[in-house]
Amino acid sequence: MGRLFNHPLAAPALIALIVIACGFGLGSNFYLRVAALVWISALAAIGLNLLMGFAGQVSLGHAGFFGIGAYAVAVGPNVLPVSPLLALVLGIALAAVIAYLVGRPILKLKGHYLAVATLGFGILVYMVLSNESGLTGGPDGMPVSRATLFGWRLKGVDTWYWITGGVLVVGAWVAVNLVRSPTGRALRALHDSEVAARVVGVDVARYKLVAFVVSAVYTALAGGLLALFNGFITPDVAGFMHSIEFVVMVVLGGMGSIVGSLVGAAILIALPQALSAFQEYEHLALGLILMVFMIFLRKGIVPSLVALAGRGR
Amino acid sequence: MTALSVRDIGISFGGVKAVDSVSFDVEEGSIFSIIGPNGAGKTTLFNLISGVYLPKAGTVSLFGEDVTGVAPNRLVARGLSRTFQNLQIFFRMTVAENVMVGRHLKEARGIVPHLLSLPSVVRQNRDSRTEAIRLLDRIGLAGRADDLAANLPYGELKRLEIARALATEPKILLLDEPAAGCNPKETEDIERLIEAIAADGVTVVLVEHDMRLVMRISNRLHVLDYGKTLASGTAEDVRTNPEVIKAYLGTHGAEEAARARR
Ligand SMILES: Nc1ncnc2c1ncn2[C@@H]1O[C@H](COP(=O)(O)OP(=O)(O)O)[C@@H](O)[C@H]1O
Ligand SMILES: [Mg+2]
Repeated sequence: MGRLFNHPLAAPALIALIVIACGFGLGSNFYLRVAALVWISALAAIGLNLLMGFAGQVSLGHAGFFGIGAYAVAVGPNVLPVSPLLALVLGIALAAVIAYLVGRPILKLKGHYLAVATLGFGILVYMVLSNESGLTGGPDGMPVSRATLFGWRLKGVDTWYWITGGVLVVGAWVAVNLVRSPTGRALRALHDSEVAARVVGVDVARYKLVAFVVSAVYTALAGGLLALFNGFITPDVAGFMHSIEFVVMVVLGGMGSIVGSLVGAAILIALPQALSAFQEYEHLALGLILMVFMIFLRKGIVPSLVALAGRGR
Repeated sequence: MTALSVRDIGISFGGVKAVDSVSFDVEEGSIFSIIGPNGAGKTTLFNLISGVYLPKAGTVSLFGEDVTGVAPNRLVARGLSRTFQNLQIFFRMTVAENVMVGRHLKEARGIVPHLLSLPSVVRQNRDSRTEAIRLLDRIGLAGRADDLAANLPYGELKRLEIARALATEPKILLLDEPAAGCNPKETEDIERLIEAIAADGVTVVLVEHDMRLVMRISNRLHVLDYGKTLASGTAEDVRTNPEVIKAYLGTHGAEEAARARR
């Protein structure tokens, strides 16, 4: 069992099984739609987890990258002769470049200072998206044109369910590859001791930047997928609350756990739906549940449960 | 050849001169020890040599090349690595992975092959692990390769730091109190390990309070007190120096140091 857990393909395989099982198990379009939203958020959370859980660098502004990906898909085809899918690729590249330029100065900061600087970045993106009404439609948002792939129009909840689920599985696989590579070891090393990482040859500043850019790419991809899936977006996708939700997904599911990011995303997306029966007490219940989870599973859900299972053996 | 040369190096913290105009040369392949009371500036000196601190004055050269102010990770490429007095372990990684990080500069670092886990990366991971296990075997920890580093006792972590530094294939190794907090058996193991490292041609610069160990294995010693050089020379020179006895060894320490010979 332990060996199965440790296999490089364990996390992506488990996530693939979940996606397939839900794909055939969830009968209604409503549930498939919620699940697709979970896959999209999980993708962003995995990206942020690479930065926070593995490299140990916080970001309270990752929704900014999500917004860049989403709006690249929405605005791109209106201003450039590009298809929505090509616009998605350009949006991801743009997010990577911006992450590189923003990351260089701010990743010199640590802890709370880095938190505030990334928060500032997120606010900046949000302000640009909601103020540039001519391009973005302002606070009211804008429609997104349908994507086509080889002449095939990508529409319908089930189509997008499988697209987002597939991208999530590939994203999880790539993340696991990274974590187990020399780059991943450098990231995990600098998380525990920057000075020790440096004296064995790790260029700490460079690897923080690598983590920041890779996580921005994941998050921008997720944002682009949401725009294509939803067909409409508002600047709130880049908003402060959305950044916080990503952080909560990572921490709640478990820092440094790829499967944990999926669990965190599932709870944050699905729980409000389930709790909507409580009406005005919905947020109260959600807050209470988050607190109880963190108090009793303080390392995050997945790592804590794995530790419990290990002790049980 | 001179492996490491330190000239008039100095740094102060808030007006306190932690290291003040210290100079010495370390011969290639030798064991060179820096001793002195707590707070004398030994660790600070290591931080200056390894590029962790930028000196306010003076120079550091490796094999005749000035490396003053060069970043620690670049010094590794020039053959310098070190351990820490206060443990700096990658606690969330396994024992083998800790050592594998030491292979960093020997590994291909292109990010795209890493993301896709290409066969070359898989092969390289295996090679790095093999090398890590070989080094762990040398410090007697091969059996714990897949344990989380956080689960190892203190003495084993001290040795793990040495294995991690050795993984960089250093030409000069700085060891900051490797035997501190170790029991007599562990101290003996570390003594043999240091001698074996030096026998392989690696220059060792050692900070250590265990005078028996220091006096037995050092080719030369350098004594610091309040950041300044107090004495310098062979074990015999230092042991009998009245200034050193007064400031650091004391009569008890001097006897212990003398016993180390027998
Ligand atoms: N980063 C620092 N900031 C302020 N003071 C420091 C710093 N590093 C070392 N010192 C001071 O420098 C002096 C030498 O310390 P250290 O090099 O650790 O001594 P040793 O290793 O010989 O015991 C001490 O007075 C210590 O408090
Ligand atoms: Mg010290």
